[in-house]
Amino acid sequence: MISILSQPWPWYVSGPLITFIMFLLLWTGGKFGVSSNLRSLCAIGGGGKYSDFFRFNWKNNVWNLVFVLGAVLGGFIASNYLQSPVLLTLSDATVSDLQELNVSFNGGLLPAEFFTWSGLMTVKGFLTIVVGGFLVGFGARWAGGCTSGHAISGLSNLQIPSLIAVIGFFIGGLMMTHFLLPLILK
Amino acid sequence: MKYAKYLLIGILFGIIMTKSEAISWFRIQEMFRFQSFHMFGIIGSALMFGVPMVIFMKRKHLNTIGGNPILFEDKKISVSRYLYGGILFGLGWALSGACPGPMFTLVGNGFSVILVSLGSAILGTFVYGLVRDKLPH
Repeated sequence: MISILSQPWPWYVSGPLITFIMFLLLWTGGKFGVSSNLRSLCAIGGGGKYSDFFRFNWKNNVWNLVFVLGAVLGGFIASNYLQSPVLLTLSDATVSDLQELNVSFNGGLLPAEFFTWSGLMTVKGFLTIVVGGFLVGFGARWAGGCTSGHAISGLSNLQIPSLIAVIGFFIGGLMMTHFLLPLILK
Repeated sequence: MKYAKYLLIGILFGIIMTKSEAISWFRIQEMFRFQSFHMFGIIGSALMFGVPMVIFMKRKHLNTIGGNPILFEDKKISVSRYLYGGILFGLGWALSGACPGPMFTLVGNGFSVILVSLGSAILGTFVYGLVRDKLPH
Protein backbone atom coordinates (compact mmCIF):
# COMPACT_ATOMS: atom_id res chain seq x y z
CA MET A 1 0.00 0.00 0.00
CA ILE A 2 2.66 2.47 1.09
CA SER A 3 4.77 1.60 -1.94
CA ILE A 4 1.84 2.37 -4.28
CA LEU A 5 1.08 5.65 -2.50
CA SER A 6 4.76 6.59 -2.67
CA GLN A 7 4.75 6.69 -6.45
CA PRO A 8 3.98 10.09 -8.00
CA TRP A 9 0.19 10.40 -8.26
CA PRO A 10 -1.19 10.80 -11.80
CA TRP A 11 -3.34 13.82 -12.63
CA TYR A 12 -6.54 11.78 -12.85
CA VAL A 13 -6.08 10.77 -9.22
CA SER A 14 -4.87 14.14 -7.90
CA GLY A 15 -7.47 16.32 -9.64
CA PRO A 16 -10.58 14.51 -8.32
CA LEU A 17 -8.93 14.39 -4.87
CA ILE A 18 -8.67 18.19 -4.95
CA THR A 19 -12.41 18.28 -5.66
CA PHE A 20 -12.82 16.02 -2.63
CA ILE A 21 -10.86 18.55 -0.51
CA MET A 22 -13.22 21.29 -1.74
CA PHE A 23 -16.18 19.09 -0.80
CA LEU A 24 -14.81 18.36 2.68
CA LEU A 25 -14.23 22.06 3.36
CA LEU A 26 -17.73 23.03 2.18
CA TRP A 27 -19.28 20.19 4.16
CA THR A 28 -17.50 21.23 7.35
CA GLY A 29 -18.59 24.85 6.96
CA GLY A 30 -15.48 26.27 5.33
CA LYS A 31 -14.53 26.91 1.74
CA PHE A 32 -11.53 26.19 -0.44
CA GLY A 33 -9.42 29.34 -0.79
CA VAL A 34 -5.88 29.52 0.53
CA SER A 35 -4.81 33.11 -0.12
CA SER A 36 -7.35 34.68 2.27
CA ASN A 37 -5.12 33.30 5.04
CA LEU A 38 -2.50 35.87 4.05
CA ARG A 39 -5.04 38.60 4.81
CA SER A 40 -5.86 36.98 8.15
CA LEU A 41 -2.15 36.89 9.00
CA CYS A 42 -1.90 40.63 8.17
CA ALA A 43 -4.84 41.28 10.51
CA ILE A 44 -3.33 39.16 13.29
CA GLY A 45 -0.05 41.05 12.88
CA GLY A 46 -1.79 44.38 13.52
CA GLY A 47 -2.43 45.42 9.90
CA GLY A 48 -5.69 47.02 11.03
CA LYS A 49 -3.67 50.00 12.30
CA TYR A 50 -2.73 50.81 8.73
CA SER A 51 -5.74 49.85 6.62
CA ASP A 52 -9.46 49.15 7.10
CA PHE A 53 -8.90 46.15 4.87
CA PHE A 54 -7.32 44.36 7.82
CA ARG A 55 -10.01 45.39 10.32
CA PHE A 56 -12.24 42.34 10.30
CA ASN A 57 -12.90 39.49 12.63
CA TRP A 58 -10.09 37.11 11.65
CA LYS A 59 -11.18 34.74 14.41
CA ASN A 60 -13.89 33.50 12.04
CA ASN A 61 -11.10 32.33 9.72
CA VAL A 62 -8.99 30.42 12.21
CA TRP A 63 -10.30 27.17 10.67
CA ASN A 64 -8.55 28.13 7.41
CA LEU A 65 -5.25 28.83 9.19
CA VAL A 66 -5.54 25.38 10.78
CA PHE A 67 -6.14 23.98 7.27
CA VAL A 68 -2.89 25.47 5.92
CA LEU A 69 -1.03 24.32 9.02
CA GLY A 70 -2.27 20.88 7.98
CA ALA A 71 -0.98 21.55 4.45
CA VAL A 72 2.50 22.11 5.94
CA LEU A 73 2.25 18.87 7.94
CA GLY A 74 0.96 17.03 4.86
CA GLY A 75 4.07 18.15 2.98
CA PHE A 76 6.21 16.86 5.83
CA ILE A 77 4.42 13.50 5.92
CA ALA A 78 4.53 13.04 2.14
CA SER A 79 8.23 13.88 1.91
CA ASN A 80 9.25 11.71 4.87
CA TYR A 81 6.92 8.71 4.80
CA LEU A 82 5.69 8.63 1.20
CA GLN A 83 8.96 9.56 -0.41
CA SER A 84 8.90 8.96 -4.12
CA PRO A 85 11.25 6.16 -5.24
CA VAL A 86 11.66 7.82 -8.65
CA LEU A 87 12.77 11.23 -9.82
CA LEU A 88 10.26 13.74 -11.12
CA THR A 89 9.76 13.11 -14.83
CA LEU A 90 9.74 16.47 -16.51
CA SER A 91 9.07 16.71 -20.23
CA ASP A 92 12.25 16.70 -22.31
CA ALA A 93 11.22 19.94 -24.01
CA THR A 94 11.01 21.73 -20.64
CA VAL A 95 14.36 20.30 -19.53
CA SER A 96 16.09 21.62 -22.64
CA ASP A 97 14.26 24.99 -22.56
CA LEU A 98 15.38 25.49 -18.97
CA GLN A 99 18.90 24.37 -19.78
CA GLU A 100 19.09 27.24 -22.24
CA LEU A 101 18.19 29.53 -19.34
CA ASN A 102 20.98 27.99 -17.24
CA VAL A 103 18.54 26.18 -14.95
CA SER A 104 19.49 22.53 -14.59
CA PHE A 105 16.84 19.94 -13.84
CA ASN A 106 17.94 17.54 -11.12
CA GLY A 107 14.80 15.45 -10.68
CA GLY A 108 13.82 17.41 -7.57
CA LEU A 109 10.88 19.75 -6.97
CA LEU A 110 12.75 23.07 -7.17
CA PRO A 111 15.88 24.30 -8.98
CA ALA A 112 18.71 23.66 -6.56
CA GLU A 113 20.69 26.67 -7.81
CA PHE A 114 18.61 29.40 -6.24
CA PHE A 115 15.86 27.97 -4.02
CA THR A 116 18.17 27.81 -0.99
CA TRP A 117 19.13 30.20 1.80
CA SER A 118 22.44 30.98 0.09
CA GLY A 119 20.65 31.32 -3.25
CA LEU A 120 18.40 33.93 -1.67
CA MET A 121 21.34 36.35 -1.74
CA THR A 122 21.71 36.01 -5.52
CA VAL A 123 19.75 38.09 -8.02
CA LYS A 124 17.91 35.01 -9.36
CA GLY A 125 17.09 33.78 -5.87
CA PHE A 126 15.89 37.19 -4.69
CA LEU A 127 13.65 37.65 -7.73
CA THR A 128 12.10 34.17 -7.69
CA ILE A 129 11.70 33.86 -3.92
CA VAL A 130 11.06 37.43 -2.74
CA VAL A 131 9.63 39.30 -5.75
CA GLY A 132 7.68 36.21 -6.89
CA GLY A 133 6.15 35.83 -3.44
CA PHE A 134 5.23 39.52 -3.27
CA LEU A 135 3.43 39.41 -6.65
CA VAL A 136 1.54 36.28 -5.60
CA GLY A 137 0.33 37.95 -2.39
CA PHE A 138 -0.52 41.30 -3.96
CA GLY A 139 -2.11 39.84 -7.09
CA ALA A 140 -4.16 37.22 -5.24
CA ARG A 141 -5.75 39.81 -2.99
CA TRP A 142 -6.38 42.28 -5.82
CA ALA A 143 -8.00 39.49 -7.84
CA GLY A 144 -9.87 38.31 -4.76
CA GLY A 145 -8.44 34.79 -4.80
CA CYS A 146 -5.72 32.47 -6.01
CA THR A 147 -5.65 29.12 -7.79
CA SER A 148 -7.79 27.41 -5.15
CA GLY A 149 -10.33 30.22 -4.75
CA HIS A 150 -10.74 31.10 -8.44
CA ALA A 151 -9.48 28.23 -10.62
CA ILE A 152 -11.03 25.47 -8.48
CA SER A 153 -13.80 26.91 -6.26
CA GLY A 154 -14.87 29.80 -8.50
CA LEU A 155 -14.83 27.89 -11.79
CA SER A 156 -16.63 24.94 -10.17
CA ASN A 157 -19.35 27.45 -9.27
CA LEU A 158 -19.30 28.78 -12.88
CA GLN A 159 -18.29 32.28 -11.82
CA ILE A 160 -17.43 34.58 -14.74
CA PRO A 161 -15.17 36.73 -12.49
CA SER A 162 -13.14 33.61 -11.69
CA LEU A 163 -12.81 32.87 -15.40
CA ILE A 164 -11.49 36.40 -15.96
CA ALA A 165 -9.05 35.92 -13.06
CA VAL A 166 -7.81 32.58 -14.44
CA ILE A 167 -7.33 34.17 -17.88
CA GLY A 168 -5.33 36.85 -16.06
CA PHE A 169 -3.26 34.16 -14.29
CA PHE A 170 -2.33 32.74 -17.69
CA ILE A 171 -1.62 36.12 -19.32
CA GLY A 172 0.75 36.93 -16.45
CA GLY A 173 2.25 33.45 -16.32
CA LEU A 174 2.89 33.34 -20.06
CA MET A 175 4.42 36.84 -20.04
CA MET A 176 6.73 35.85 -17.19
CA THR A 177 7.69 32.47 -18.67
CA HIS A 178 8.29 33.57 -22.26
CA PHE A 179 9.46 37.19 -21.99
CA LEU A 180 10.69 38.03 -18.50
CA LEU A 181 12.22 34.79 -17.19
CA PRO A 182 14.69 34.61 -20.12
CA LEU A 183 15.91 38.09 -19.12
CA ILE A 184 16.05 37.20 -15.43
CA LEU A 185 17.64 33.77 -15.63
CA LYS A 186 20.10 34.09 -18.49
CA MET B 1 -11.70 20.14 19.08
CA LYS B 2 -13.73 21.78 16.34
CA TYR B 3 -10.53 22.58 14.45
CA ALA B 4 -9.12 19.02 14.35
CA LYS B 5 -11.06 18.17 11.19
CA TYR B 6 -9.55 21.12 9.32
CA LEU B 7 -6.08 19.96 10.34
CA LEU B 8 -6.81 16.52 8.91
CA ILE B 9 -8.26 17.94 5.67
CA GLY B 10 -5.18 20.17 5.40
CA ILE B 11 -2.85 17.20 5.90
CA LEU B 12 -4.63 15.34 3.10
CA PHE B 13 -4.36 18.45 0.90
CA GLY B 14 -0.61 18.75 1.60
CA ILE B 15 -0.08 15.09 0.71
CA ILE B 16 -2.08 15.47 -2.54
CA MET B 17 -0.17 18.61 -3.53
CA THR B 18 3.17 16.91 -2.88
CA LYS B 19 2.40 13.57 -4.52
CA SER B 20 0.82 15.25 -7.57
CA GLU B 21 4.03 17.33 -7.90
CA ALA B 22 1.86 20.45 -8.31
CA ILE B 23 4.19 22.13 -5.79
CA SER B 24 7.12 21.82 -8.19
CA TRP B 25 8.57 24.96 -9.81
CA PHE B 26 9.50 22.73 -12.76
CA ARG B 27 5.91 21.53 -13.22
CA ILE B 28 4.65 25.12 -13.31
CA GLN B 29 7.24 25.95 -15.96
CA GLU B 30 6.14 22.91 -17.94
CA MET B 31 2.52 24.11 -17.69
CA PHE B 32 3.23 27.65 -18.88
CA ARG B 33 5.22 26.18 -21.79
CA PHE B 34 2.36 23.80 -22.68
CA GLN B 35 4.84 20.92 -22.71
CA SER B 36 2.87 18.48 -20.63
CA PHE B 37 -0.77 17.75 -19.90
CA HIS B 38 -0.07 17.05 -16.21
CA MET B 39 -1.10 20.37 -14.58
CA PHE B 40 -3.98 20.91 -17.03
CA GLY B 41 -5.13 17.38 -16.24
CA ILE B 42 -5.11 18.10 -12.50
CA ILE B 43 -7.07 21.36 -12.77
CA GLY B 44 -9.29 20.03 -15.56
CA SER B 45 -10.26 16.81 -13.79
CA ALA B 46 -10.83 18.71 -10.53
CA LEU B 47 -13.33 20.86 -12.45
CA MET B 48 -14.86 17.91 -14.27
CA PHE B 49 -15.96 16.67 -10.86
CA GLY B 50 -16.23 20.10 -9.21
CA VAL B 51 -18.78 21.66 -11.59
CA PRO B 52 -21.40 18.88 -11.31
CA MET B 53 -20.71 18.57 -7.58
CA VAL B 54 -21.49 22.25 -6.94
CA ILE B 55 -24.61 22.07 -9.16
CA PHE B 56 -25.74 19.01 -7.19
CA MET B 57 -25.02 20.59 -3.80
CA LYS B 58 -26.92 23.76 -4.74
CA ARG B 59 -29.91 21.79 -6.05
CA LYS B 60 -30.11 19.55 -3.00
CA HIS B 61 -29.64 22.46 -0.55
CA LEU B 62 -27.19 20.37 1.42
CA ASN B 63 -26.28 21.31 4.96
CA THR B 64 -22.91 21.39 6.64
CA ILE B 65 -22.16 18.88 9.40
CA GLY B 66 -23.04 21.74 11.78
CA GLY B 67 -26.55 21.87 10.29
CA ASN B 68 -26.18 25.20 8.47
CA PRO B 69 -26.97 25.52 4.78
CA ILE B 70 -23.93 25.38 2.48
CA LEU B 71 -23.84 28.77 0.80
CA PHE B 72 -22.32 29.61 -2.58
CA GLU B 73 -21.82 33.32 -3.01
CA ASP B 74 -21.70 34.89 -6.44
CA LYS B 75 -18.61 37.00 -6.95
CA LYS B 76 -19.15 40.68 -7.73
CA ILE B 77 -19.07 41.29 -11.46
CA SER B 78 -16.19 43.42 -12.69
CA VAL B 79 -13.32 43.00 -15.10
CA SER B 80 -10.45 45.18 -13.93
CA ARG B 81 -9.75 43.72 -10.49
CA TYR B 82 -9.85 40.14 -11.75
CA LEU B 83 -7.85 40.83 -14.88
CA TYR B 84 -5.14 43.12 -13.44
CA GLY B 85 -4.94 41.26 -10.14
CA GLY B 86 -4.91 37.98 -12.04
CA ILE B 87 -2.07 39.14 -14.31
CA LEU B 88 0.07 40.18 -11.33
CA PHE B 89 -0.70 36.88 -9.63
CA GLY B 90 0.23 34.98 -12.81
CA LEU B 91 3.54 36.85 -13.08
CA GLY B 92 4.30 35.81 -9.50
CA TRP B 93 3.07 32.24 -10.00
CA ALA B 94 5.41 31.64 -12.95
CA LEU B 95 8.32 33.39 -11.20
CA SER B 96 8.08 31.71 -7.81
CA GLY B 97 6.66 28.49 -9.27
CA ALA B 98 4.14 28.29 -6.46
CA CYS B 99 0.76 29.68 -5.53
CA PRO B 100 -0.13 30.10 -1.84
CA GLY B 101 -1.23 26.49 -1.11
CA PRO B 102 1.97 24.94 -2.51
CA MET B 103 4.09 27.52 -0.63
CA PHE B 104 2.81 26.15 2.69
CA THR B 105 3.30 22.56 1.54
CA LEU B 106 6.84 23.25 0.27
CA VAL B 107 7.81 24.43 3.75
CA GLY B 108 6.62 21.06 5.08
CA ASN B 109 8.70 19.38 2.38
CA GLY B 110 11.75 20.89 4.04
CA PHE B 111 12.29 23.92 1.81
CA SER B 112 12.54 26.36 4.70
CA VAL B 113 13.59 29.22 2.40
CA ILE B 114 10.02 29.23 1.06
CA LEU B 115 9.09 30.83 4.41
CA VAL B 116 10.67 33.94 2.86
CA SER B 117 8.29 33.61 -0.15
CA LEU B 118 5.38 33.32 2.26
CA GLY B 119 6.57 36.33 4.26
CA SER B 120 6.89 38.22 1.00
CA ALA B 121 3.38 37.14 -0.06
CA ILE B 122 2.04 38.42 3.28
CA LEU B 123 3.88 41.69 2.65
CA GLY B 124 2.32 41.83 -0.84
CA THR B 125 -1.12 41.36 0.70
CA PHE B 126 -0.34 44.09 3.24
CA VAL B 127 0.80 46.57 0.56
CA TYR B 128 -2.37 45.77 -1.41
CA GLY B 129 -4.35 46.72 1.70
CA LEU B 130 -2.52 50.06 1.83
CA VAL B 131 -3.04 51.02 -1.81
CA ARG B 132 -6.32 49.27 -2.70
CA ASP B 133 -8.31 52.53 -2.72
CA LYS B 134 -6.12 53.78 -5.55
CA LEU B 135 -6.49 50.64 -7.69
CA PRO B 136 -9.31 49.90 -10.17
CA HIS B 137 -11.68 47.21 -8.96
